[in-house]
Amino acid sequence: MTEQSLSRPETRKRRLPQINPVYVLVVALILAIIVMNPAFGEPTGYMNFLKRVAALAILSAGALYVIVSGGFDLSVGSIMTLTVIGSSMLASNDPNSTYWIIPLMLGIGLVIGLVNGLVVSYLKVPSLIATLGMMITLNGVAFMWSGGAPRGYLPDTFRFFGRYNITDVPLIGILPIAVICLVVFGATLWWGMHRTNFGRMLHAAGDNPQAARLAGVPVQRVRISAFVVSALTAVLAGIILGGRAGVSVNIGSGFELQAITAAVIGGAQLLGGRGSVPAAIAGALALEAIFTLLNLLGLAQPVRLVVQGLILIGAVAFATYQRKRAGR
Amino acid sequence: MTEISQNRAPRRFRFERHASTLLLLAAIALYVILLLALGQVRFLTLDNLVAILGRSITLGITAIGQTFAILVASIDLSVASVISAAAVVTSVMMNGDPAMMVPAIAAVLALGAAIGLVNGLVITKLEVNPLIATLGMSLIIQGVLSYYYNNFAGNVPVEFQIFAYGAWGIVPYSLLFMFALAGLAWFVLRFTRFGSDIYSVGGNKDAARLAGIKTARVVIGAHVICSLCAAIAGIYLASRLRSGAPWIGAEGVYDLESIAVVVIGGTVLAGGRGGIWGTMAGVIIFSLIDSIFNVAGVDAFVKQVLRGIIIVAAVAFYAARSQRPVA
Repeated sequence: MTEQSLSRPETRKRRLPQINPVYVLVVALILAIIVMNPAFGEPTGYMNFLKRVAALAILSAGALYVIVSGGFDLSVGSIMTLTVIGSSMLASNDPNSTYWIIPLMLGIGLVIGLVNGLVVSYLKVPSLIATLGMMITLNGVAFMWSGGAPRGYLPDTFRFFGRYNITDVPLIGILPIAVICLVVFGATLWWGMHRTNFGRMLHAAGDNPQAARLAGVPVQRVRISAFVVSALTAVLAGIILGGRAGVSVNIGSGFELQAITAAVIGGAQLLGGRGSVPAAIAGALALEAIFTLLNLLGLAQPVRLVVQGLILIGAVAFATYQRKRAGR
Repeated sequence: MTEISQNRAPRRFRFERHASTLLLLAAIALYVILLLALGQVRFLTLDNLVAILGRSITLGITAIGQTFAILVASIDLSVASVISAAAVVTSVMMNGDPAMMVPAIAAVLALGAAIGLVNGLVITKLEVNPLIATLGMSLIIQGVLSYYYNNFAGNVPVEFQIFAYGAWGIVPYSLLFMFALAGLAWFVLRFTRFGSDIYSVGGNKDAARLAGIKTARVVIGAHVICSLCAAIAGIYLASRLRSGAPWIGAEGVYDLESIAVVVIGGTVLAGGRGGIWGTMAGVIIFSLIDSIFNVAGVDAFVKQVLRGIIIVAAVAFYAARSQRPVA
C-alpha cells in the first residue's frame, strides 16, 4: 500500500509551491464564516475578530519559543490570570497606576519564566510537570491575592490596549489597538525567532540538544530564555485579554492548551526543532475561526473542547504521518 | 533519549531504591514531631492513621494505574477527566436504584477500558506523543461531559455508599480494596509475562521489539489498565460524594498528583524502572503532607501554592541528578 501511494502523489505534490497548509486552512475558514455571516466581510466584522484573537495569537507565538526549544509551557494561562487579578488589585481604580503596574507585571512574568527555565534546565524536571506545578502555584497565588473574589476593576488606561479602537481610519474604518499590538509583538517575535542568532540556537537546541551543545550552543541559557519569552508574552496577552474581557478569577484558564494547539496547527514540531511564528499566529486565527464557526452553527461552549482535543491529536498525527512519508 | 539512560552506573540505583522509604520516614517523623510540638497527642492513634490513609483512596487507585503508564515510558494526563466521567456515569446510571449497581459498574469499567484502548491506539498506531494524545483525550472527555452535565447529576443508592463508608473494624473497605488492588498490580508486574514485558518496553522499546515483544500491545495494555484504575477511582468518588459532577476530577488535580506520587515513589519518568509499593509510599507521603497542613492550620489557598511547589520539588529531588536534558 505504501509503495504505491509513495511514488505518484509525491511527484504531483512537488510541483506545487511549498506552502504551510495552515494558511490555506485559515483562508478556507474565513471564507466559510463570510458565507455564513456576510457581516464578517465588513471591516468591523473582521477587525473585531482580530481584536478577539490578538491575545491568543501573541500567546501562541510566545509558546512557540518553548515548543521549538523542546518543552511545553502550561503555566501561561495562570500567568494571564495572575496579571489580570494582580493588576486589578493593585490599580484600585487609579488611572495613573497603569504606568507602573504594566512594568511590574512584566517583571513578575520575567521572574516566573526564569524560575520555570531554571527548574527545567538545572533541576531537570520535565517542563510539563514543572509548568503544571507552576500553574497550580500561580492559581493559588492569584486566589490568595484576591481572597477568592477579585475586588476593584481595571482603569481605562489599562484597558486601553485590549478595548480601545481608533476610529475613522481610511479604508478599514476602525483599527483596534489590540490589532496594532498583535502586529508589533508578532513582528518582534518573528524577528527574534527567524532573524537572530538566538532563534537559530533555539532551533538547534530543540532539534538535538547534544549536538547543539557540542556545537557550542549554550543550551541551558537558550532554553531558559525561551521560558522567559513565553512568560513575558503571557503577561502581554493577559493585559490585552483583561482589557477586552474585564476581571474574573479564571480568565486565563484553558489558554495554555489553546496556545499549544495553535502552534501545533501551525506545523510546530512538539519536542522541538521546528516551528514558525507567522504559522503559529495563523494557527491561532484558525482556532478562533473554528470557534466562531461553531458559534454560528449554534453549538454550545463544551463542543469547543471536543473540537480542540480532536484538532490537537489530529494535527500531531498528521505531522508524524507526513514526516514518516518524507523519510524524516 | 531513552537509550542514554541505559549506561548509568549500577551503583546509583541504591539511592533511588530506598529514596521513597526515606521520604516516607521523613514525612512520618515530621508529622509526629509537629504533633508533639503542638501538644496534639490525641492524633497519635491508630484510628487517625487509618483516617489519614482513607483520605487518599482516589489518588491511590489512580496512581496504581498511572504507574503502569509511566513504567512503559508513556504518561496519562486524561485520568482526571476519566475520574469525572466515571463518577457522573455511575451516579446517573444508578440514580438511587440498587438494582442498577452492577450494570452501572460494568458500564463504567467498559468506558474506562475503551478510553484506555483509544489512548493506547493513538499513541502506538498514530505515533502521537503520549502527552498530547492523552491531553487531547482529556479535552474531548471533558467537553462531552460538560455538554450534558453542569452540576452534580444523579445519586447513588445507600447500599452503594458502603464501598466508601463501610468498614471492617476500623479499617474501611475502600482502604482494603486499594491495598488489594496494589497487591494485584504488584503480582502482575512481578510474576507475569505481561509485567516483565512492561519493564522491557519501558526500559528500551527497540530492544524489546527486537527481542520479539509486541511493544504496541504492551503499551496499549498499560493504558487500558491506567484508564480502568481511573474509572474505578471515579466509581469510588461517586460512592463517597454520593453523586458525580463533571469537575470533581479536575478539582482534585488527580492527573498531576498521580504522576507526582508515582515519581516520588521512585518510578522513573523515562520508564522501565520502579514499582507499585513505591507509588503506595508516595500516596501515603502525600496524605501525611495534607494532614500536616491540616494540623498546622494552613490556609486553603496557601495549601494550593505549597502543593504546587512540593510536587515540583519532589520530582526535582529525583530528576536533578539525571545527566540528560529533559523535554
